[in-house]
Amino acid sequence: MEASGNTPLVELKDISLAFGGLKAVDRASLDLYPGEVVGLLGHNGAGKSCLIKVLSGAYKRDEGHIFIKGQEATINNPRDAKHYGIETIYQTLALADNVDAASNLYLGREILTKWGTLDDSAMESQARKVMARLNPNFHRFKDPVITLSGGQRQSVAIARAIHFNAQILIMDEPTAALGPQETAQVGELIMQLKSEGIGIFLISHDIHDVFDLADRVAVMKNGQIVGTGRVGDLTKDEVLGMIILGKCPPGATPGPGAVASN
Amino acid sequence: MSSATSGAAVASPGDPLIRRLLRATEIDTRMIGMIGALALIWVGFHAYTVIVNGEGLFLTPRNLWNLLVQTSSVGVMACGMVLVIVMRHIDLSVGAILGFVSTIIGVTQVHILPQYLGLDNPAIWIITLLLGLAVGAAIGALHGSLVAYLGIPAFIVTLGGQLFWRGSAWLVTTGQTIAPLDDRFALMGGGPLGSIGAVASWTLGGLACIGIVIGLYAGRRRRVRYNFPLRPMWAEATIAAIGCFVAFGATWVVNDYPWPERVAANYAAQHNIVVPEGGLFIPTGYAIPVLMALGVGIVMTFMATRTRFGRYVYASGGNPEAAVLAGINTKMITVLVFTLMGLLAGVSGCIESARLDSATNVLGQFEELYVIAATVIGGTSLMGGVGTIYGALIGALVIQSLQSGMVLLGFDSAFQEMVVGVVLVGAVGLDTFYRSRSAKG
Repeated sequence: MEASGNTPLVELKDISLAFGGLKAVDRASLDLYPGEVVGLLGHNGAGKSCLIKVLSGAYKRDEGHIFIKGQEATINNPRDAKHYGIETIYQTLALADNVDAASNLYLGREILTKWGTLDDSAMESQARKVMARLNPNFHRFKDPVITLSGGQRQSVAIARAIHFNAQILIMDEPTAALGPQETAQVGELIMQLKSEGIGIFLISHDIHDVFDLADRVAVMKNGQIVGTGRVGDLTKDEVLGMIILGKCPPGATPGPGAVASN
Repeated sequence: MSSATSGAAVASPGDPLIRRLLRATEIDTRMIGMIGALALIWVGFHAYTVIVNGEGLFLTPRNLWNLLVQTSSVGVMACGMVLVIVMRHIDLSVGAILGFVSTIIGVTQVHILPQYLGLDNPAIWIITLLLGLAVGAAIGALHGSLVAYLGIPAFIVTLGGQLFWRGSAWLVTTGQTIAPLDDRFALMGGGPLGSIGAVASWTLGGLACIGIVIGLYAGRRRRVRYNFPLRPMWAEATIAAIGCFVAFGATWVVNDYPWPERVAANYAAQHNIVVPEGGLFIPTGYAIPVLMALGVGIVMTFMATRTRFGRYVYASGGNPEAAVLAGINTKMITVLVFTLMGLLAGVSGCIESARLDSATNVLGQFEELYVIAATVIGGTSLMGGVGTIYGALIGALVIQSLQSGMVLLGFDSAFQEMVVGVVLVGAVGLDTFYRSRSAKG
């Protein structure tokens, strides 16, 4: 089904999440259109990861609604999120270190033979195909992923996310553990996925990354959205002002977290 | 395709022969190490008895047959302990579960069932066996639920469980020994009658060989289908030859152990067989508990490597957070793993009480320690995520070999425990050293 240009792929409405007395996410609203990259910026602890974990099903929201392609979605665990085509690449990569690349790729969605046993050969064969597209230099399919380099582990994590027809991709600090060359590779990949019509949330605290890759940015502070705006309408200094001071510039739409500016 | 295919058996001709052999056959080097240690223990004890007693006592059909029977109980439980430890948990209660199950079995088949079914009813052994397994599994499920859903550390849950079930076992029997058990049930303990004899043993050995060859062939065909690198043909043949040699060798050994003279004489008298000069030679063959342990090993290996459940156990052990994020219900997996452990403790409870032909509340005391030791010696890492079933079985055989060897040599039991303790620490120390080196290299 093709989402029309006016229906957002994802719409988060008034999401709140609290841990005890601490409001990690406070009435945050955010949307994402097909083929768009939205950068989510903010300090450590601003609530970026928490907001996104609500979407990926890792945390259960206290309040608010999630709409996928205009329909209200029920997301209570990671499995639900995957059902809606939401795939997440976590900052920690979230790989099972002791098993090999193919097993990680299919973790939770194993291919079974007709007797209900694991079809490792089929999984390895598929893994070889995906990896040939993503990272042609990758050959270590039999080794536990803990023995792989940071870039190789990242390719496994990305392969896992895109292999299952993801429509919404969440990348939490995808380049944090990578060298410059691998960072460039991830950038290329994001552009490729974007051209395929996939919507991407890119979480980062590297403002340069976000300006290079994102179409829009959203800035969070103290669990609230300070503002959202198109990258072309904002300067890096203005975005820094949003991150640090919570001041929403004229080029952006202010959110509940914006400091009243005079 | 490029020449740098991964995982392939690309051995350059310059390598030493052994390394080339290992790489081509893809045999785990750790397993070679364990089998080497086992061989060393066996040959060492044999040589010692040759020197001291004038005749070798260890590598005899009789001793090896007994060794296998003695290993089976710990071996069965070690298979379950592998999965528990792979999930970063521990189970200190298996010995107590074993004891409790045995008292339940004893009371049921000696005091309760004969009232309703009469003595010697053929249903008794089946009912009590199923009851024993069910009780073990239920206790395991309870422990697993406490660990998974209430978040109490497994160490504490199973430590409490150990005290609780050991105490319960005493309550069930009020400290008495319950004997004798049902004759059919007692066959699970082994002994001349609880063994399958020569013909069935050779048949099993033959079937094992056929199974090995078929397994290798199916694996090769799968690799061909997906264009994966193949092992060289000579490597496949070597593996098949070693497998068949072990299967037939073991069968030959157990068939070379005759029934004890008096048992054979009784049997001859009952069946009107004329005892020839030099006594009647009735081959014993594989004992039923040994076959049960092998069966458990095969089923558990299948579960650990070929099913979703097994994959999830290893993945959760390697990175619990990643497993949850991948949508795996790790709590349910934890409950299942402990349930399986309880079930296997129930199996061992049946084997041991059948072997002693009696049930007591102290059965299996301290056995959890030997089970954990066997598992860890067999290469299972306490950090989680790593461990094999066959390793645990070999580990159990190593520990039992040490113990029964020292008994043969007439060592004090205090000294035996000291040696097993040193071997446990030494084996894990060596393993840690090896791992830290191979991780860097």
